[in-house]
Amino acid sequence: MTNPLQIIGRVTLGLFSEIGRLAVFAGRVKMAAFTPRWYGGEILRQMVRIGFYSLPVVGLSAVFIGAALALNIYEGGSRYGAEQFVPNIVVLGISRELGAVITGLMLAGRVSAGIAAEIGAMRVTEQIDALETLSASPYRYLYAPRFIAALLTLPALVIVADIIGVMGGWLVSVHGLGFDSTVYLRNTVDFITRNDIIVGVIKAVVFGGVIAVMGCYQGDRSQAGATGVGRAATLSMVGAAVLVLATNYVMSTLFVEIGL
Amino acid sequence: MSGSLLKLEGVTKSFGNKEVLRGVDIDVAPGQSLVVIGGSGSGKSVMLKNALGLMTPDKGKIFFDGEDVTNATGKTREKMRARVGMLFQSGALFDSLTVWENVAFRLINTEGTKRKDAKERAIETLKKVRLGADVAGLYPAEISGGMQKRVSLARSIISEPDLIFFDEPTTGLDPITADAINDLILEMVRGLGAAAVTITHDMASARKVADEIAMLFEGRIIWRGPAGDVYQSENDYVDQFVNGRAEGPIQPAI
Repeated sequence: MTNPLQIIGRVTLGLFSEIGRLAVFAGRVKMAAFTPRWYGGEILRQMVRIGFYSLPVVGLSAVFIGAALALNIYEGGSRYGAEQFVPNIVVLGISRELGAVITGLMLAGRVSAGIAAEIGAMRVTEQIDALETLSASPYRYLYAPRFIAALLTLPALVIVADIIGVMGGWLVSVHGLGFDSTVYLRNTVDFITRNDIIVGVIKAVVFGGVIAVMGCYQGDRSQAGATGVGRAATLSMVGAAVLVLATNYVMSTLFVEIGL
Repeated sequence: MSGSLLKLEGVTKSFGNKEVLRGVDIDVAPGQSLVVIGGSGSGKSVMLKNALGLMTPDKGKIFFDGEDVTNATGKTREKMRARVGMLFQSGALFDSLTVWENVAFRLINTEGTKRKDAKERAIETLKKVRLGADVAGLYPAEISGGMQKRVSLARSIISEPDLIFFDEPTTGLDPITADAINDLILEMVRGLGAAAVTITHDMASARKVADEIAMLFEGRIIWRGPAGDVYQSENDYVDQFVNGRAEGPIQPAI
């Protein structure tokens, strides 16, 4: 019979080993991303795949989140006669929090899992071994371009999500809740600060790194067969989503502490 | 090390409690074609991955052209790989690249050759493996398994390496295509004057492409000799393997 302490010990050691392996992997990816040589064509291709092709899903998510947020704030605000603050709270919530988090979560599913499945398939069909025998480092040729592309495109996607999210709130407020369009937009623009946008963009950069690294890491460690590749995609998506939420909380706390 | 292009000395490799290589000693001279035979799970692929630097041995040494490359990284490893070609069992062509981009991959991404020049060289190399320019723009998924092997062969020889590894080059091919691949391997290896290490359990292929044959069993080389002697090896293990008998000292892997 297995000792429960042994099980706890094994699980704990396994967890720390996994964190260590992920940290070493992330360090190697960062090193490859910030030192030459760069594969410009690959970076551009990944920017299109990660950034451009994610626009529909990010836009659709943002418009519904903005709309639902406006409705709920209106409902809650009306209990205190504070309905007029809907544009202010919608833009604050979207720009500092929801725009980045929703984009991060959607890309954890669409991009991180996609990267893990693609790299996992390359691993099990020996394409990554082939890269190495052709003197091309997978860190430079495969992982760094995805990492760089995610770092560059996530902030742009988050700004798009912010704009569309605010417009979702505007649509519901103007066409469903009786707000005046000009007043709503003026309140929105007057209320938002540069810091609110910076907060969202910093979060986006971090989320981009998390999403790309988790996808590459799980793909690189993929076991043989369809099950192995499928498992890599699932682990990548779950891991990236949890890390997006966890790092979001840590960053939000930090930004409040430093007054950003 | 004199006379050997590649030499493995006492190489061991384990995965957990499973000892796969238990002290492999083998060497290949320049221009020599060595075939390593052995059953499934005998450690052939692991030996090859250690020789290529895709895995690091637990113990033992690997020398390439007299230089110790056992734990080589960076420039030393790149220098070695620039002189080595590899044909993978599955072909391992990059799905997202066209046939010519696969063949010219090393030229474009490692040697910095311009795409236009690289494409010309890729098409010339494709001709050597009996593939026309019409397949150059296709993707790997659009060509047959035999054609994929040829493309992979073209990719492995485009930089005119001194040593080429072939991992099960005829696996999954019909006998006629397999024989055509063997002919191409011979032609390419002899044409380039390169050394070749082929791992296979296809005896027709082994007899055709080998100068010498070595047998790997339970992680060690148990016999090596001229290709013509393999059927008179006087070694019970080799005899059972080359004649494909279920009865004998080797237990079938089922």
